[in-house]
Amino acid sequence: MASDNNQQGFFHHALTIREDVCTGCSLCMRVCPTGALRIRDGKARLIEDRCVDCGECFRNCPVHAIIIEQDDFSRIFDYKYRVALVPAVLHGQFRHEVSVSEISAVLKSLGFTWVYEAEHGAEVLKPAMEELMNIRTLPRPLISTYCPAVVRLIQVRFPALIRNLATIKAPLEMAAFYCRRVLRDRGAHNSEIGVFYVTPCAAKIAAVKSPVGEESTPITGVINMDFIYNKINRTLRNKGELPKGEHHAYTVDPDTLVWSLTNGEASCVNGRTLAIDGMNNVTEFLEQLENDEISGIDYLELRACDEGCAGGVLLSSNRFLVAERLRNKALNLQPGPANNNEDEFPDIEAYQEYLMKKVRFTDDIKPRSMYRLSGDRDEAMRMMKRSRRLMCWLPGTDCGLCGAPSCQALAEDIVRHRGDISQCVFIRESNMEKDLMDRERSAGIMRRIWGDNNFTKNCNKKGAENESN
Amino acid sequence: MNSEYKVTGGDFTHAGYASSQVKQMLKQLGVDSSIIKRVVVCLYEAEVNIVAHAYEGLISIALDTDKIFMKLTDRGPGIADISKAMTKGFSTASPQVREMGFGAGMGLPNIKANADSFVITSDQGVGTTLEITINLSNGGI
Repeated sequence: MASDNNQQGFFHHALTIREDVCTGCSLCMRVCPTGALRIRDGKARLIEDRCVDCGECFRNCPVHAIIIEQDDFSRIFDYKYRVALVPAVLHGQFRHEVSVSEISAVLKSLGFTWVYEAEHGAEVLKPAMEELMNIRTLPRPLISTYCPAVVRLIQVRFPALIRNLATIKAPLEMAAFYCRRVLRDRGAHNSEIGVFYVTPCAAKIAAVKSPVGEESTPITGVINMDFIYNKINRTLRNKGELPKGEHHAYTVDPDTLVWSLTNGEASCVNGRTLAIDGMNNVTEFLEQLENDEISGIDYLELRACDEGCAGGVLLSSNRFLVAERLRNKALNLQPGPANNNEDEFPDIEAYQEYLMKKVRFTDDIKPRSMYRLSGDRDEAMRMMKRSRRLMCWLPGTDCGLCGAPSCQALAEDIVRHRGDISQCVFIRESNMEKDLMDRERSAGIMRRIWGDNNFTKNCNKKGAENESN
Repeated sequence: MNSEYKVTGGDFTHAGYASSQVKQMLKQLGVDSSIIKRVVVCLYEAEVNIVAHAYEGLISIALDTDKIFMKLTDRGPGIADISKAMTKGFSTASPQVREMGFGAGMGLPNIKANADSFVITSDQGVGTTLEITINLSNGGI
């Protein structure tokens, strides 16, 4: 993985840059909400401790050079009991005629022994959230920890708001605890149970691989949703129909079915709630909240993706259609216990008491401020002063030609000994004008940032004469 | 380190810029988030006071490793009775300003509560000056 060697790599990231594919176009660097990417040698590089796994880079990469790692699928066969935890947005990608049970049948044909809808976990979360909302000593608004990218964003950019985070686990974890418990009650040993989450995004993978607020997770591994989507689609097209199973609709409650969509969670919480989606919208709101400009809100549902998980980076269908389908389904679902549990396991509510013991975070959520220049205050002050002096000379155009997303980012890189002022094309031009630098040296710097490839004719590149990948 | 920010009376849209800039600097220094919060509360309240009551103002920031000094000077009507203005809930803000969620009469007392040192001087018909100091060292790094 391309990473900045000056950084400690102790955060697990699901996003990996493929150097052989990356063209160093810098689009990812420009869209990253935490300024975690740089260009060196014509390739995108990740500053690991700044990355929050939101997946914006993945979404925007024009050549698919960013990949989201997943567990080797064959790993599921290490377990006797193989549970697939499936979020509703997977089903939402298929047209209405394709039923939940048909999709489950495909997953079972792949090797899973039990397919369970992850949203069931939200059903047992509601009382825990109510309990939390009733604790008057907690700060307001409480901020949902549902979206792991948002939790990580708060850790790196808004550490003052960590205390506002609602310290309860996600529905998928509750569902996983339930599945494990049910199977154990039927005689399975914990080590024989593999619970795999079909993930709509990179952030959920990071949350499984390096959990925040808890030591370990009941989830064994992750399978990327696009992989499953392709499998289902293939079965659908090849056989003309899906494997036969008992046809049934969703077994989750209507309001939990749309939990992962924008306002799905906030609408289930009492008091004045607000649902905000999209990384930029979330950042803007948190900025104001941190400034104490906003008051009177009890609960905040924040999601990194537009339309919530329907906009997850691993979804293949249009987010608006996915959201619309799920909302329509929820409207048509019969309320009450439509128990179509083909596996004849007891409902998750039967384990409410057990699950309530598992619901709270066990560890503190720690800040990991990306802004702090140095652990030593005097040194940080010197660095900040120097960075501001550098800003006097840098043009403020944020052109990105230096390989950093903005002039300010370059100034900070320089004071952190990760960059040099001569990376700036304006500085170089002005030095050449004054005969302080020759053209050859300037060109050499440009090549070190952007790589040799960008200086040679290439008719195969996107949009060129003989475009070919 | 010094910085200055101009404030325009009546321009609520852009209120909060100085707070955001100062917040950023304090984060770079690694100041404890509870202290950053106090600084931001003081600065934002004081900035909004200028926007709500004065014609124009200037925020001067002097940042040191162990303390931040914020001086806010405005050209405006001034405060007739400072001790009254320092009373919780007292406000001369217009109904329009209150409608926007400002002017609850918590501004000045709130600033005082969050500052380590707070000096207010006012000349009626000329303007008001606030001098706010907050120590950055206590309460950890």
